[in-house]
Amino acid sequence: MEWGQSITFSALGVHLLVGLSRAMILFIVCSGLSFVLGVLRVPNVAHGSLYMIGAFAAFTLNQLFGGGAVGFWMALALSPFVVAAVSLVAERALFCRLYQREHLMLLLFTFALMLILGDLVKIVWGADYRSITVPELLEGSFAVLGSSFPKYNLFLLLMGPVVAVGLWLFTNKTKIGKIARAAAVDREMVDAIGINVSWVFAFAFVLGCFLAGLGGALVAPTISITLGMDHDIVIEAFLIVTIGGLGNMWGALIGSLIFGVTQSLGVLFWPQFAIVFPYMAVVIVLIWRPTGMLKSVW
Amino acid sequence: MVQSGSFNWKRIWPYAAVFIALLLLPLAVSRFYVYITSVIFVTALVAMSLNMVVGHGGMYQFHHAAFYGVGAYTFALILTRTGWPVWIGFVAAPVAAALTGLVIGWFCVRLNKLYFGMLQISLGSLIWAIIFRWYSLTGGDDGIHGIPMPSAIGTISRSYYFILLILGACVVVMYMIYRSPFGKTLQAIRDNPERCEAVGIHVKRHQLLGIVVATFFAGIAGSLFVVVEGSVFPDLLFWVLSLEIFIMCLLGGWFTFAGPIIGAAIMVSLRTFVGTYTEYWTLILGVILILLIFFLPEGVMGFIISRLRTDKAVEE
Repeated sequence: MEWGQSITFSALGVHLLVGLSRAMILFIVCSGLSFVLGVLRVPNVAHGSLYMIGAFAAFTLNQLFGGGAVGFWMALALSPFVVAAVSLVAERALFCRLYQREHLMLLLFTFALMLILGDLVKIVWGADYRSITVPELLEGSFAVLGSSFPKYNLFLLLMGPVVAVGLWLFTNKTKIGKIARAAAVDREMVDAIGINVSWVFAFAFVLGCFLAGLGGALVAPTISITLGMDHDIVIEAFLIVTIGGLGNMWGALIGSLIFGVTQSLGVLFWPQFAIVFPYMAVVIVLIWRPTGMLKSVW
Repeated sequence: MVQSGSFNWKRIWPYAAVFIALLLLPLAVSRFYVYITSVIFVTALVAMSLNMVVGHGGMYQFHHAAFYGVGAYTFALILTRTGWPVWIGFVAAPVAAALTGLVIGWFCVRLNKLYFGMLQISLGSLIWAIIFRWYSLTGGDDGIHGIPMPSAIGTISRSYYFILLILGACVVVMYMIYRSPFGKTLQAIRDNPERCEAVGIHVKRHQLLGIVVATFFAGIAGSLFVVVEGSVFPDLLFWVLSLEIFIMCLLGGWFTFAGPIIGAAIMVSLRTFVGTYTEYWTLILGVILILLIFFLPEGVMGFIISRLRTDKAVEE
């Protein structure tokens, strides 16, 4: 265990930036989960599966468009819609009939969905590792504070706030967004005004899954796309939205920042046990503020 | 209705018959089926222990596998890293699991419902992460394999009887707890915690005690897992297994006593037998779960019991 032996200021700075960019991916995925939790009050364990489908779909779309720059951007643009379509089918066919049931039944349903989607991915894509190469524009790295920082991570650092602002504008400035927020707070009232709550739920669910797919497509070039991605991301996502405050988008942002940065700093200070750091942080936050740091919709 | 204290043969005989059938099983079927039944026993035990917290206690115990895994690893480490006799392992495993349950439970009972579950997931994942990365102690991702068993329980048949015996004893004790004043109090707390508090029951203390007892049994199940499989690996503490055990309770009927046993039997059988036909058995499991949600919401055991009740009512 090497403590502080070769931790220079530049290494610290770069790790921090990498942590922030990872946090952006987490945020995009978690904002979707938080949104679904807030509006539908459903813990969607299958959220990770949709993230994974986003990554695999990005791979296929990338291939379809011949790779390179065109392939990458088309994949990024289209795979969230593929994921949204899958989620719409699941919602309309099965999910919408279960909204009156108790939470544990809904949890059970999303778990079953996770199992099914996981195997569907295995059937369609097989068990091999896949990868996407980054387009030339985003290839390589910058020199930052004396160390190198990948250009793609800078791209992620920009995408995060774009999604955050976009989501905020959507939920606060558009009619549909405001209805969704209202349904999160008081669904009976929304129903009483004559708005079709069922379609609001469908829409909210699809939007949440769209974000999961977007997260998957964005993370795809940085990792090996494999089965098991769903299990890994979903527990992190649930912990993040819990420490942020259920249903709270800014909470998801704070939670993601905490998670991403502690993980990166863990890699810097104690590489062997790096993954312990974010869980430790989550434990500390939950003991200090059990209902999350920001106000929860529940 | 059976009065507590009376010994009613009419109610006992089906269970006695099943027990005798299980005793005779190794004589009738091949070693593979004996092995699978052993696995079902171990899984049933851990599912029953979870149901003590979830079904009887009404708490959202989302990471029960952590305690199961702690028991298994404690047993494995004692058998492989120390020269101590095996029985110490059998004692240490549940004690370690119960201590873990005490610590984690103490933090969790202060919270309600979902937050109880989330804190438990994070604490359990913390333990998982430590075990996963501490290669020198736990073998990390590889786990520990080839754990030697004493010859008294070394063969498939002998370990089967040993596990059946332990399972039987545990089920009897769990049933006694279920029907005891403590057990009834726990169920009352599940149904109406505010009322219990008002009546003067110390809710948190009861819940914590329930967790400690349940995790003790989970630790026993963990040591039995090592007896059957001879190895341990970090997946035993991964949240997916916790959710699977949770599902077994829901599948079997979490408001009933024996439901989790049915749920465990279903899950293990499905995994084994569907698994021989296709590698996509999780897909089949998912579909079956969805069918169950739509058609059998009370779980298999709950469904059977409600059917028996309506039949009896019709007779009367």
